[in-house]
Amino acid sequence: MKCRRCENKASIHMRQHKLALCKEHYLEWIPEQTARFIKKYKMFTSDEKILVAVSGGKDSLSLWDILVRLGYQADGLYLGLGIDGGVNYSHESQKLTEKFASENHLKLHVVDIEKEYGNSIPMLSEISYRGHGKPCAVCGLAKRHEMNRIARDFGYDVLATGHNLDDEAAVLFGNTLSWSSEYLLRQSPVLEGSDGLARKVKPLCRFYEREMTAYAIARGIEYIYDECPFADGSQSIFYKESLNLLETARPGTKLIFYLNFLEAKNSGKLFIEKNERLSQLHPCPKCGQPTSTPDFCSFCRMIEKADTNP
Amino acid sequence: MFAKLILRDKEYEVRPGMSLLDALKKNNIIPESVIAIRDGEMITDDEILRSGDVVKLVAVISGGSKNYEMS
Repeated sequence: MKCRRCENKASIHMRQHKLALCKEHYLEWIPEQTARFIKKYKMFTSDEKILVAVSGGKDSLSLWDILVRLGYQADGLYLGLGIDGGVNYSHESQKLTEKFASENHLKLHVVDIEKEYGNSIPMLSEISYRGHGKPCAVCGLAKRHEMNRIARDFGYDVLATGHNLDDEAAVLFGNTLSWSSEYLLRQSPVLEGSDGLARKVKPLCRFYEREMTAYAIARGIEYIYDECPFADGSQSIFYKESLNLLETARPGTKLIFYLNFLEAKNSGKLFIEKNERLSQLHPCPKCGQPTSTPDFCSFCRMIEKADTNP
Repeated sequence: MFAKLILRDKEYEVRPGMSLLDALKKNNIIPESVIAIRDGEMITDDEILRSGDVVKLVAVISGGSKNYEMS
């Protein structure tokens, strides 16, 4: 397979875009697309100060790398969660994040939750009884709180996270299965800020997880390969794997699922009140039955079409 | 001599002459869930595997260590 831009041997094939690129052009394509998404979703401008939440994983480190390559003023924030899980998880991820920051001469804020609040995330989880034995709920809460605190205290205009399309599609899938309408309406590439609450953006939300892995590898970014030990067997990973099965059979499924959702949500047509829907019905001029389509109802149009094309 | 796929701590022997995509499918590995590296370079899944090839598969879902396989 050849690179679409230079005819050299391709390093990655993105079936959903029918696009194959060599390593060099892939490393150009990703920032180009990121810049396009930042503009499209009005995430931030080049004058604004960005705080990137970095975990030491491929997505957040790649995001930081891309934003810096694009010339944005982007500093990092690492939260020390105090998770060991037998693999020294927090320690390793902090080491990799600090290494990336120092090699690229970037500013990194480090907040150690235990030093700051007296207890690590697993300890806080045990004390507070939140999350049924798993510290994920406490962790999410603490991350949101601390990311916002640092953004506010240090005067950042926007908080950027490394959520990719697989992350977003998995959340969407879960919320769709349970029809959690409130959560569905809240999911967006940009969450506007308000007094005391920083604007949150997800510049990688249209890249597949596979694409971000390829970017990190091609850029030589050293990232923590293992996910948090508490994520093992989680529902979000199960949803991601399920969506990947669909994607393998039907390339583009994840992308369409997410993009069409955003479109439906932004058009205001995702959830229509029952009464509102009924008020939009009118009698079909031909059969008199209620219809929402302009002019004749779908049935009458079908019959008419069949009559004119016997 | 076989070609070899390595995913985390698991090794899969595959017949040379096969495309990477077919080799992944034959071993029930979801192609969307991995990036393949041969001789330090990423390769696309239409690549034909040669005798003695060692292809490292990088899992793209961090944490999904148990279930890359199609059931």
